[in-house]
Amino acid sequence: MNRLLLRNADGADPGGSWNRDPEGIQAGAGADGSHVAKTGLRLFLAVVSSLFFLFLLAFIARSQMADWLPLTEPMAPLANPWQLWVNSAFLVLSCISLQWSRMAARRARMDATVIAFVVGGGFAIAFLAGQLWVWQQFVAWGYFVASNPANSFFYLLTGVHGLHLLGGLVAWGRTVGKILRQVPLPQLSASVELCAIYWHYLLGLWFVLFALLSSTPQTYETIARLCGLR
Amino acid sequence: MAYAEQAETEALHEPKSFLTKYIWSQDHKVIAVQYSLTALFVGLIAVVLSGLMRMQIGFPGSLAFMDASTYYQAMTMHGMIMVIYLLTALFLGGFGNYLIPLMVGARDMVFPYVNMLSYWFYLLAVVVLLSSFFVPGGPTGSGWTLYPPQSISQGTPGVEWGIVLMLISLAIFIVAATMGGLNYVTTVLQARTHGMTLFRMPLSVWGIFMASIMALLAFPALFVSAVMMLFDKLLGTSFFMPAMVSLGQQLDHQGGSPILFQHLFWFFGHPEVYIVALPAFGLVSDLISTHARKNIFGYRMMVWAIIAIGVLSFVVWAHHMYVSGMNPYFGFFFAVTTLIIAVPTALKVYNWVLTLWRGDIHLTVPMLFALAFIVTFLVGGLTGLFLGNVIVDIPLSDTYFVVAHFHMVMGVAPVLVVFGGIYHWFPKVTGRMFNDTLGKLHFWITFLGTYAIFFPMHYLGFQGMPRRYYAYDNYAFIPQSAHELNAFITVVALTVGVSQLLFVFNMAWSVFKGKPAGSNPWGAASLEWQTPDTPPVHGNWGEKLPVVHRWPYDYSVPGIDQDFVPQTVSAEELEHMRQRSEGARIADVKT
Repeated sequence: MNRLLLRNADGADPGGSWNRDPEGIQAGAGADGSHVAKTGLRLFLAVVSSLFFLFLLAFIARSQMADWLPLTEPMAPLANPWQLWVNSAFLVLSCISLQWSRMAARRARMDATVIAFVVGGGFAIAFLAGQLWVWQQFVAWGYFVASNPANSFFYLLTGVHGLHLLGGLVAWGRTVGKILRQVPLPQLSASVELCAIYWHYLLGLWFVLFALLSSTPQTYETIARLCGLR
Repeated sequence: MAYAEQAETEALHEPKSFLTKYIWSQDHKVIAVQYSLTALFVGLIAVVLSGLMRMQIGFPGSLAFMDASTYYQAMTMHGMIMVIYLLTALFLGGFGNYLIPLMVGARDMVFPYVNMLSYWFYLLAVVVLLSSFFVPGGPTGSGWTLYPPQSISQGTPGVEWGIVLMLISLAIFIVAATMGGLNYVTTVLQARTHGMTLFRMPLSVWGIFMASIMALLAFPALFVSAVMMLFDKLLGTSFFMPAMVSLGQQLDHQGGSPILFQHLFWFFGHPEVYIVALPAFGLVSDLISTHARKNIFGYRMMVWAIIAIGVLSFVVWAHHMYVSGMNPYFGFFFAVTTLIIAVPTALKVYNWVLTLWRGDIHLTVPMLFALAFIVTFLVGGLTGLFLGNVIVDIPLSDTYFVVAHFHMVMGVAPVLVVFGGIYHWFPKVTGRMFNDTLGKLHFWITFLGTYAIFFPMHYLGFQGMPRRYYAYDNYAFIPQSAHELNAFITVVALTVGVSQLLFVFNMAWSVFKGKPAGSNPWGAASLEWQTPDTPPVHGNWGEKLPVVHRWPYDYSVPGIDQDFVPQTVSAEELEHMRQRSEGARIADVKT
């Protein structure tokens, strides 16, 4: 190996642009403030996905133990999960409203943006209230958090999902504060956009949780086999 | 408008009051110092705890208050503090915060308020953790891995309060790390200055960037296990707790899986090793290149190695669980992935050595630490190859060989980089130089001392000395020589522990009395050394952001007298430099 090779190993500029004009390769092009916030939010959603993925893996692994009493048995609370369907409808309506608000903001229609945004938050609150109502039903039927691992996971997963939505409602509340302070639409629309993205994610997540929680033990077993947990 | 342009046009809101400037600061540099000082403080507590443990092992019974419970509490807190609250916080919160915006040419992190919150959540996590020393029963003594059912069963120290505070503290720390990580990654992706392509970033930024992504994806596993264990402890669920009899009583738990906890813990725990190691790899690459006055060998390879190690580190976790009774095919799979990860890691070591080869090596204090890192990491990594093999691991598991391995590779090696990094960037952070003699004294005591501590432990491990024992008296299989060796290790460990005060004193004294450093005392090419002010002021770059024209490793460029070319030098300026050098050489020849 000669001296020159070591002196200038690797062809000198790894960027492949040793002498290139920097004006032409502006990094992060098009990345204004709202892009940055969106990138941050997407990263955060990746973190939340990792969190729930691990919760769900734990759920599947634990469901294969002998003491698991399924919540979908004929007399169990999720045999007919109509309450969860009602709550899901609230969350869907919430997402539709926020999407409407987002589109209205893009078209610079302030009134529609505000109304749809506030209504969307209202439906989200209704969803959370509905989830608490389901918890109350569980308690009333004697399905306490510690009485069976299936119950424990139900409370845990719906609780953690609810807390994420509650966090979203804090952001929603701050945006409502902006509306009350009559912040101009371009600034408002960035917040509306972020809320809408977050809501859609939480809706998708909720359907995954709902599908899993209301599945039969045979489904769990199949998933466990696929994951090598059985 | 690109973010970099927007950063130039937006007005800077410089903090005015003492409170907003130094306490509730949103400036990444202040937050970095806050993170670093807190981490070093809590790290010193962990050093004291290790001293107490060593007294018990080297000179059993010498400390009146040291019973088995206290020993296990010291052991648990030492491990957890060192891994999470010192190393992770210091590399990501300390170095990450300080270096990322300066090295990529940003004014600050992209979410300064969240960055500030990150530090205060971290501080809260530390306060909650340390408060467990003052609650009834003291801190948890379940070992830093917190394995259930032991950690939440009666008889384990700190089972009432300590374990709860530990789990809550970890959950708060994870929130802090997530807020920080989102900032670091988004800043690297979106806030780089003009001309700063991803492949022109210093390896420090690459290491911290990848480690932050890993932290964002791996810490949720610890969060999940902490929350589920809190449920088991406080609400009586049975996620991890099996049916068991404790102190003659049948517990209400049934059917839980302690192994599930181990999987979750190590799914976090192994990436955690690299969350600490990757920033260390990055920092040490920059140190070696700067102080050997050579461009880093194989830059692209180094970057891809960082990425490969990051990805692979998510599929090796169960090598921490070979003795948990797993399926042998499972063990085989994880042994293979573990050995594969040695490939990109070895590649990095070769590249460091090739960077050094025929370099103009300056044996400055940071360089000494960087060189020591290579050697130490190599030794620790090689014993990792032993332990990565199931068949070798099983007899060595739970012996001092393992203690020696992970202290070398995960303890001493990153700490050497921490010191090297602090000595290297201290002149930029404070504008003053440290005392070189004290720095070298600190290096030699620490380097030789840590070898004297951990090298003999390999031998003790081969002899079969088990780890985690509170007392080693009256075991026929432990010979007298092992006790003598333990006494020796303790004396050295205490010496090394006390010698860290040299570092503390040197830093504290030099902040006020050190010689003025100038803006670029090492003649480094990367962007953080090209700030208009030293220490850099709020906003870092004055009116205009810097424009980057080249990678950060242009050292000893042929035909140019100055042995480094800063990243901000354009092709035209480089040509001028070349002509000036040529002119000077011709003038020399004439005279």
